[in-house]
Amino acid sequence: MIKLTGLSKKYGKTLVVNDASALFPLGEVTSVIGPNGAGKSTLLSMACRLTESDAGEILIGNKLLAEWDSRELARQLAVLRQSNSINMRFTVRELVSFGRFPHSQGRLNDEDQRIINEAIGHLGITEIQHRYIDELSGGQRQMAFIAMVVAQDTDYVFLDEPLNNLDIKHSVEIMQILRQLAHKMNKAVVIVIHDINFASCYSDHIVAMKKGEVVKAGTVQEVVCKEVMESIYEIPFYIQEIEGQRICLYYNS
Amino acid sequence: MIFYSRILALLLLLVMAATSLFIGVADVSLASLLSGDQDTWSITLISRIPRLLAIVLAGAGLSVAGLIMQQVTQNRFASPSTVGTIDCALLGYIIGLVLFSDAGQWTLLGVIFAFAVGGTMLFVKFLQRLQFKNAVLVPLIGIMYGNVVSALTTFLAYRFDLTQSMSAWTTANFASVLQGSYEVLYLAIPVCVLAYFYASQFSAASIGESFAKNIGLNFEKIVFIGVALVAVSSASVVMIVGVIPFLGLIVPNIVSLFMGDNMKTILPWTAYWGMVLVLICDVIGRLVIFPYEMPISLIISIFGGGVFIYLVLRDKANG
Repeated sequence: MIKLTGLSKKYGKTLVVNDASALFPLGEVTSVIGPNGAGKSTLLSMACRLTESDAGEILIGNKLLAEWDSRELARQLAVLRQSNSINMRFTVRELVSFGRFPHSQGRLNDEDQRIINEAIGHLGITEIQHRYIDELSGGQRQMAFIAMVVAQDTDYVFLDEPLNNLDIKHSVEIMQILRQLAHKMNKAVVIVIHDINFASCYSDHIVAMKKGEVVKAGTVQEVVCKEVMESIYEIPFYIQEIEGQRICLYYNS
Repeated sequence: MIFYSRILALLLLLVMAATSLFIGVADVSLASLLSGDQDTWSITLISRIPRLLAIVLAGAGLSVAGLIMQQVTQNRFASPSTVGTIDCALLGYIIGLVLFSDAGQWTLLGVIFAFAVGGTMLFVKFLQRLQFKNAVLVPLIGIMYGNVVSALTTFLAYRFDLTQSMSAWTTANFASVLQGSYEVLYLAIPVCVLAYFYASQFSAASIGESFAKNIGLNFEKIVFIGVALVAVSSASVVMIVGVIPFLGLIVPNIVSLFMGDNMKTILPWTAYWGMVLVLICDVIGRLVIFPYEMPISLIISIFGGGVFIYLVLRDKANG
């Protein structure tokens, strides 16, 4: 479990995250939602040590973030950020192999190869594993990056907007895979996501943020409701329950 | 298939090496070597073999330096000659000559190295702050930065009456390499070995800072190690041979076109093609106006300029 208590972050004079607390339990998918500039990505990158926090406490497992050795932590926590550079030419398999780096420091053994094969198979990209990532479509490339995170085989998986620029098919596939990671392999999966219907249909927990603060955190039922959504996004919402899932309609003319 | 291409590669290198050994004003032939002719042997040992080794070491060292540079800056167009490393090394050379004129070559190398590291780190830090998208801007700014540094070098050279020696380094030439004068270039060997040791880490850094941090690496440390290796390699080549333009830029790019960017795989091939390219250019330079020589930097500029333009156009087409 990861526990964030009273996190704050300032860029210059602007307070991007203000006294935010949240809980990311193992075995569940937690989505962080909110409008642009709500501090979602900053919160996520503080929780996974890519950004230093100005105040507050981050507890990973039973140790504070600062007490973790960076190598050891890389075996516990994986993070995938938006806009991964694709200037360099790596094959899908080479990219996925980087996921094993924290475990074997670059010298892959048979066990590593097995896990890499599994991860590639799991994401359904076996056929393109020897192609260069700069030649793939956005969806295939994202699959490759997620396969790398899967191969890293960590308890905690953070993804910043994993569905960015993807079509519906790839989006659904990725969300299904993330759910399996959480439910079958007992990982804590945390995603920052803009599409609230994807968040509503595939998450166990939702953390709703606005202007750097956590407005509401809880189950889908608790967070995806008219009052909360309208207060966050400041537009009218209609929420319908369809086959047990909450769907938000916000397409107003 | 892989086996045969390796044999072929080895053959090409051996043929080029032999060609390099037997070209020159003094006649060196296999027959006279075998008959044990004293003069032939001393020419071979004092001049021809050192020249061959210098070419091979400089070619491998500079190409691998370019490869490291491209990976740690995440930019295809970075290389010792496009991020100011060479110009800073030259500045270090002049300052070393002025301040420690009677110290040995290792002191001088230390000064050159310090300037190369410092100057390159300055530029790399600057690059990390600028988050622009256009990759071609990096060499442009780098070359501008290099020109500013080299203006300072020229000023110092005029001031201390060193302009003549300066023109000797800015055009690389292997003609002056003799036994006892090139051994600093052996530094290329530890540089390549260390680069291979850190290869996967450089490759991880080439994907991005957060990518490298995610797998538990210290990004800043890797970048610094990379820059230090690049500086050692470039400093030694600048000091012994002079400036060989484009080499660190074109060789890694051509290799990566065919083999990708996984440094563990491409490092040996980058070193190999660096050796072969410099060998070929050196042989051409010795033959065009035989018995005189054209400096290698001239030959390689013609070839390298063409490849560079192709790479820029290709990048435009992709982007």
